[in-house]
Amino acid sequence: MNGAMIRQRVAFFVLGLLTLAIVVPILLVIIYIVLNGASAISWEFLTAAPRQGMKAGGIFPAIIGTILLVVGTMLFSLPLGVLSAVYLVEYAHDNLFTRMIKLSVVNLSGIPSIVYGLFGFTMFVILLHFGTSILAGSLTLAIMSLPVIITASKEALESVPNTYREISLSLGATRWQTVRYCVLPYAIPGILTGTVLSLSRAAGETAPILFTVAAFYLPRLPHSMFDQVMALPYHLYVISTQVPNIPLELSFATALVLVGLVFLMNLVSIFLRAHYRKKRLW
Amino acid sequence: MVSEPIIKTTGLNAYFGSLQVLKDIHVAVARNEILGVIGPANSGKTTFLRALNRLNYLVRTYSQTGEILLDGRDLTEIRDNILRKRIGIIFALPQVLPVTIFENVAYGPKVHGNTNREQVDWIVEEALKKAYLWEEVKDRLDQPAVRLSGGQQQRLCIARTLAVGPEVILYDEPCSGLDPISTAKVEDAMQQLKVDYTQILVTNNTKQASRVSERCAFFLMGELVEIGPTEQLFTKPRDKRTDDYITGRFG
Repeated sequence: MNGAMIRQRVAFFVLGLLTLAIVVPILLVIIYIVLNGASAISWEFLTAAPRQGMKAGGIFPAIIGTILLVVGTMLFSLPLGVLSAVYLVEYAHDNLFTRMIKLSVVNLSGIPSIVYGLFGFTMFVILLHFGTSILAGSLTLAIMSLPVIITASKEALESVPNTYREISLSLGATRWQTVRYCVLPYAIPGILTGTVLSLSRAAGETAPILFTVAAFYLPRLPHSMFDQVMALPYHLYVISTQVPNIPLELSFATALVLVGLVFLMNLVSIFLRAHYRKKRLW
Repeated sequence: MVSEPIIKTTGLNAYFGSLQVLKDIHVAVARNEILGVIGPANSGKTTFLRALNRLNYLVRTYSQTGEILLDGRDLTEIRDNILRKRIGIIFALPQVLPVTIFENVAYGPKVHGNTNREQVDWIVEEALKKAYLWEEVKDRLDQPAVRLSGGQQQRLCIARTLAVGPEVILYDEPCSGLDPISTAKVEDAMQQLKVDYTQILVTNNTKQASRVSERCAFFLMGELVEIGPTEQLFTKPRDKRTDDYITGRFG
C-alpha cells in the first residue's frame, strides 16, 4: 500500500468518525428520554386529563392542544409560504421589491422565538382582539414557520428543470398552468420536507405560545379557535419547573410523547414524499 | 409567392441586453412550405425561430423591434398561449416530461381545456401516427416517456406538438442529437406533415436542409444573407458568403 492509499484510508476513517459524532447525541437524547419516561406512559396518561395539580392523570388536553396548534399553523403558513415561493420563483422579476422580500425572509428566520411571542401577543391577542387563543397562537407560530417553508419551497421550485417550463409554455400553456402541472408536482417532495421541518419546530416551541395561547392548567378540551389550550412543550416546562414535587418520570414521559408526535409527522411526510416521487417517471 | 404568406417579418431586430443578434430581417413564409434556415453557430437562426412564437421573451434581457405578422396580424396582438398553440416548436434535444408517453402527448389538449377522454385518446393516437411513432408505442402508452430512445423521444415531441393542433411547426436543430436512422425517420415525418402544416427547420446540417426544405435561408452574424429556392441556393448561390458556407470553407 502506498502513501496516498494510506492517507485516503485514514481520511475516510476520520470523516466517518466525525459523522458518527452527529448521530451520538441524538441517540443519547432519545435513549435517555425513553429509559426515564417509558415507565410512565400508559393508556390513562395518553387519554386522560391531568388530576391532583398535574401530579396524576394524563396529558390528553396538551396532546390535543399541540395537534391543534400544528394543524392551525400549517393552515396559515403552508399556503402563504408556498404561494410566496411560487411568486418569487415563477413570476417576480429581480428588482428592488423582490430583493426586499427575499431579505425579509432571511431576516425573519434570525429572529428569536420569544420576540415572535411578544409580537403575537401585541398583534393578535391585543390589537386584533383574538385574545389568548388557538387562533392567536397558530398565527404566531405560522409567522415563525414561514421563512423555512418559503426557503425550502423556493429551493424545491428552483430545482425543477427549466426545460419543463419551456415545454409547457411552448405548447401554449399559460404561466399558471405551467406552474400547476409542470413545476409544482415535482417540487412537492422538497416543499414537504421544509414544511415538516418547520412544523416540527413549531410543535416544540414554548416561547411563541407562552403569551398567545398556552394554558397553565386547563383539563377540558377547547370548544372553538378562540379558546386557550394546554400544549406539550409548555406543559413540560410547567411540570418541570413551576410545580413542586412532580415525579420526574412524568416530565420525561411528556417529552417522549412530544418527540413521538414529531416523529409521526415526519413519518407521514416520508410516505407522502415517496408517493409524489413515484409520480415522476424517469 | 402566390398566396398570402402565413408568417411575415419586417425589419426584425433582436437584442439580448445590448447585444444585437438579429439585424433587419425580412422573411415571408408561405403556407405549407418547408423553409430551411442554415448558418453557423451564433448566426441568429435559433433566435429568429424563437422570435416567431415569442419564446425569446422568457429571457428577461430580450427585446426586439420590427414587425412579425401571423396571418396578417401582429404577434403582439395575440396572447402568448394562443400564439404558441398556433405555432409549435420542437427543441434541439428531445425534451420529454417525466410522465407517461400518453400523458406527454395529452398535455397540450389538457391545457387547452379538452377533458373528453375519448376525444383525447383519439387526438393522441392521430398525433402519434402522424409523427410515425404509433406502431412503436401503441402497446406501451402508459410507460415513462424517458424510456424511449432519443429518436423516438424526438418523434414523441413532434406528436406532442401536433396534438395541440398548430398551423406552423418550428424545428430547432431537431436531429442534432440523433443517429442517421432516427434522423431519416424524423425527416420522413416532416415530409408527410407538409400537407397540413407550415414548417420551418433550423439546422446545422446543410445536407439536411437540402434534403428536406423547399426554400432555404442563410443567416450569418445576425443577418439574413440570402433566401431562395433550396436548389438554387445550394447550386447557384447569389452571395459569395453563402457559397463559402455551403461548400464548407467556414462555419
